[in-house]
Amino acid sequence: MSIRIISALVLRYLFLYTRTPMRLVELVFWPLVDLVVWGNVTVFIQKNSNTEFGSFILFFLGAMILWDVLFRAQQGVAISFLEDVWTRNLLNVFVAPVRTVEYLSATFFVGFLRILITCVVMGFVSWIGYSFNIFQLHWWLVPFFLNLMVFGWSLGMISTALILRWGQAAESLAWAVPFFIQPVVAVFYRVEDMPAWSQPFAWLFPATPIFEGMREVMKTGTMNWSHLWLAAGLNVIYLTLAGWLFVWVLNMTRKRGLLTKFATQ
Amino acid sequence: MTFPSSPAKIAARMSTTDTREIILEARELTREFEGVKALDRFSFKLHRGEVLGLLGANGAGKTTAMNCLLGLTLPTSGDLFAFGLPLQANRIQILQRSNFSSAYTALPGNLLVWQNLLVFARIYGVPNPKKKIAELMELLEISHLDKRVTGQLSAGESTRVNLCKAFLNDPELLMLDEPTASLDPDIADKVRKVVRKVQRERDIGILYTSHNMRDIEEVCDRVIFLHKGKIVCEGTPSDIVAQSSSDNLEDVFIKIARDGEILDEPKKDPAP
Repeated sequence: MSIRIISALVLRYLFLYTRTPMRLVELVFWPLVDLVVWGNVTVFIQKNSNTEFGSFILFFLGAMILWDVLFRAQQGVAISFLEDVWTRNLLNVFVAPVRTVEYLSATFFVGFLRILITCVVMGFVSWIGYSFNIFQLHWWLVPFFLNLMVFGWSLGMISTALILRWGQAAESLAWAVPFFIQPVVAVFYRVEDMPAWSQPFAWLFPATPIFEGMREVMKTGTMNWSHLWLAAGLNVIYLTLAGWLFVWVLNMTRKRGLLTKFATQ
Repeated sequence: MTFPSSPAKIAARMSTTDTREIILEARELTREFEGVKALDRFSFKLHRGEVLGLLGANGAGKTTAMNCLLGLTLPTSGDLFAFGLPLQANRIQILQRSNFSSAYTALPGNLLVWQNLLVFARIYGVPNPKKKIAELMELLEISHLDKRVTGQLSAGESTRVNLCKAFLNDPELLMLDEPTASLDPDIADKVRKVVRKVQRERDIGILYTSHNMRDIEEVCDRVIFLHKGKIVCEGTPSDIVAQSSSDNLEDVFIKIARDGEILDEPKKDPAP
């Protein structure tokens, strides 16, 4: 694996973002809209509730920021790939001495940069506008962040593999895939509040113990280590399977001669 | 020049006189798509310093061959070697010493020309990339385009920027897929001259596809005509024209496209 090639590919994405500021708006605008809507709902509920729930409701904002970590990491992989498709650059990349792992690593890094930008903006606005400080999660924020980012990468590889397999007609999957799992990973509610039949499914995803852990830290100040270990273990499995799926689909498109068709359509 | 041959004859022919290093070789390459053979036991050798034209009508198998050689499509059977190494097992090492340009691919249109070239210079690990880019842009007479948005270039400008990218790593093996497609005669002439100049100076082996027979006559040392995935004939452009009772290479192309053969059907003797 060559750092030079990864940095060259990252440079290409950085040039793209500096050349087209509208993409930066996309990184900031939609998360801010979400934040303002949820922030206002939170304030409304707090003002009209005298129970403990009123103060606890702030976890909505934390959940939203952490969800964006997952979503932006997934987008970093999937949208970076689509950028190469949209600009008919895919062939140039695939006939250059770029290994699949280098290509994916560059998209992972782009995902990381996207997360940083979005989280800094959202963290600042939620602190100023709604007195919610994401750093109240203290050092737990680091493993939460890392686990969600890695899970986002896995979802990004799965989305990209599906797009490679089904062609540009399936490109909406780049945005849709994270939302397929959102209802079952307990982002905004506890697993125990979900229908009983769906609860076992929730624990199949690494995001679930992270969101459960976040609520626990916010409520009690302590973290259940088993949640973290479960998330990390599941992430290893997901990352391995997603990487295998991506490479398998890429080889299949080569075998079937679909790669060039896809890259020049 | 050779005429329609069996695979055995083609293999025997390939072991002929050229003593230069073989930098690209296909052996009995076959590629099927849903039972249809796009390439049928296709064999050839490309030597260092040689420009080999790959010709044929639409659907003859040129693009499939090029895609197999680039590792974008896997052959159904047969072997591919570049610089003496099996292509699939040494893909990255081979691609580092090769490059590619096509009229049908583009550099990202939303980046400036210099940004695109810098990214690829870094991918290929070009030492002193800015100097190299400036030299190549001057050679291709596109220095004035460096701060232009790539997507806003004309076809001729875009082709020359693509060629600039293709020359960045001083490739020993270059694959050019219809580099003069959609260019006006003046720009096409400039492109041909630059390709030939760089190829001679750097002793590059080039695999060149085109539907423009003027291109082929000017640029290629040797050509292979494909029809339905098979080699129909092979030789220097002038030899093929001379021995096929045609006026020019374009006539040969048309004959092969229509009849699949280089010579007109011999007249049958009248029945006794």
